[in-house]
Amino acid sequence: MSCHAVAPTSESSTAYRTIAVIGPPNSGKTTLFNRLTKLRQKVGNFPGVTVEHHTGYIRDANGEEIALVDLPGVYSLNPKSEDEKVAVDVLTGNMPGMPVPDAVIVVLNSTNLHTHLVLAARVIALGMPTLVLLNMCDELRQQDGDVDVLSLARELGTPVALVSATTGEGLEAVENFLSSAAPRPEPVALPVIGSTRGYREWAVRVGAHAGYRRPATPVWTARLDALFLHRVWGPVIFAVVVIGVFQTIFALGQPLSNLFQKFLDATGAAIGHHLPTGMLQSLIINGVWKGTGSVLVFLPQILLLFLVIGILEDSGYLSRAAVIADRTMSRVGLNGKSFIPLLSAYACAVPAIMATRTIESKRDRIATILVAPFMTCSARLPVYTMVIAAFLPNHPLLGPFLGTRAVAMLGLYVLGFIMAVATARLLKSTVLKSKDAPFILEMPPYRWPLPASLGLRLVDRGKAFLYRAGTVIMLVSLLLWAATNFPMHHGQPPAVQDSVVAKLGHAIEPVIQPLGFDWKIGVGLVTSIAAREVIIATLGTLHGVDPESHAADLQTALHHELTPAGAVALLVFFAFAMQCMSTIAVVRRETNGWKWPALQFTYMTIVAYVAAFAAYHIVGHFWS
Amino acid sequence: MLADLKVGESAILADLKLAPAVAEHLMNLGFVPGLVVKVLRSGPGGDPRVYRVDGTEVAMRRDLSQHIDVELIGVPAFGD
Repeated sequence: MSCHAVAPTSESSTAYRTIAVIGPPNSGKTTLFNRLTKLRQKVGNFPGVTVEHHTGYIRDANGEEIALVDLPGVYSLNPKSEDEKVAVDVLTGNMPGMPVPDAVIVVLNSTNLHTHLVLAARVIALGMPTLVLLNMCDELRQQDGDVDVLSLARELGTPVALVSATTGEGLEAVENFLSSAAPRPEPVALPVIGSTRGYREWAVRVGAHAGYRRPATPVWTARLDALFLHRVWGPVIFAVVVIGVFQTIFALGQPLSNLFQKFLDATGAAIGHHLPTGMLQSLIINGVWKGTGSVLVFLPQILLLFLVIGILEDSGYLSRAAVIADRTMSRVGLNGKSFIPLLSAYACAVPAIMATRTIESKRDRIATILVAPFMTCSARLPVYTMVIAAFLPNHPLLGPFLGTRAVAMLGLYVLGFIMAVATARLLKSTVLKSKDAPFILEMPPYRWPLPASLGLRLVDRGKAFLYRAGTVIMLVSLLLWAATNFPMHHGQPPAVQDSVVAKLGHAIEPVIQPLGFDWKIGVGLVTSIAAREVIIATLGTLHGVDPESHAADLQTALHHELTPAGAVALLVFFAFAMQCMSTIAVVRRETNGWKWPALQFTYMTIVAYVAAFAAYHIVGHFWS
Repeated sequence: MLADLKVGESAILADLKLAPAVAEHLMNLGFVPGLVVKVLRSGPGGDPRVYRVDGTEVAMRRDLSQHIDVELIGVPAFGD
């Protein structure tokens, strides 16, 4: 009988119900978790903290369902950091609402054993049934590394297996562990000294006893780093990558979103066709469908951005890009990791805010989230284009390439950027000041990104966006729908100028009059909270022109609405204001509460108001 | 200190004169006193730089590396 063929004893009826999975960052824990659970997962936040967790489900040999709880990636179990406190609380059964795990699986990177064993020691010391998985065994072997699993198991007093989450090699060890319902680990001489150095010395000793031979640094990593971090080529390649990311989202994502929008409109029309005309039809089509649609149109851009970022991250380039960008970003008090999210915000703040998850420092992450909506996103473009075209004749400035309108547009881009930088500085020197979050970044070796792993993350992010952001957006779009369709008049919805939303426009007129706006613009400001470009359709409706076919008419109509100074004020207002419920919803989701989105909305509205006020009065002096 | 080493040079980590949380984070990554640290390369402009300790490569800015004391290479206390 082989030593692995342990027949399930009667005790195995007390099988594991909940198993925690823990591992350091860069251990391949997430890939392994996805592989084991085959995406049968639920995402949620641990109660009371912003740390997100996945719970996945697998079946043991008897077909019993077992919950796998994915703990945050941590190096240690030092309850000083939020992530590590969550890990400790879950493992010790002190996390309210979470079942106490019956066992724990520790995922370590076998190519970096000394560093990662430190975590294993701390987990094993908790005294729960433990399985230690040495992941990336394919890389270990390729790079001429070695470890004797049986000796290591003896040293640790727990089962140990070499596995590869990418190839699936060795994963039967998990099944064996589940069906064996292993007894508590035998007590071994684990270091009792609390110091990290003590643990490290222990890890090196244990590694030596288990014949651990560290693999050589992959030669390609050294070669690529010599290029990507080169003093001349590094920044050049970085610029090419940045332009590539920007182009992908802008040039590929925008048409995809437009196409998707057309599809949604067509589907909406088709559904509307089958419904009796009336309030119900209007509620479903204009309220529910269009509201949901306003969220769905972001999906192609979000998925595209996450695909690009996923490739950069999994290949290892993102860490190098952060090193390159760090010098520039440090001038505004942020670090290199904020760069990609801020760049993405030029396409759309929603995926950009979701992309801030790569920033480990909570304060830097929140600062990046707060400044991202100042970047000129693609939803501002139609508004800018319309107002500029209505008020600014196009004169060539630099031959045929650069006209006055392009310069005005560029100016608005610069305006948003300057305000983002100023806000970042303000935040980082006040509420989000952080001395204890310096730039420390592990450089993983370069790897080929795995399509399956990229795909899983896209599904995960897409779901997270739709579920969580979708609910808030539905609510706001229903409210806006009600505001434009009430009060009813003989069972008919009112003309826009008689609706609640018009009353709102009139109500805020005294407030926005100092900016040169009348109540119609006010209505546009209210409805554009749904999404910035909605103001065009709203103004079109108020003036009785179809904005699609009569753009020129709307531009003429705008002249009755706004003075040139008022037009400048409107542009400035849109450059700074947070007129986007998708962004608000996603900030709420990512910061796990209303505090930051409320603060951000208030701050941006005040900045927009003050700047628009100043613009109206200054420009009014020179140009009226 | 670590910031004074040139690219390609190695030394033994001696003392991390940093805030406890920062020192702890670095030690978790392998920056444990007694281990050998090597300056692998520098980013454009000389900051941040990439260091290697026991197989782990980590980038950090000068504002940290100038607070890390090192001893010029002798016999490492343990490891490597």
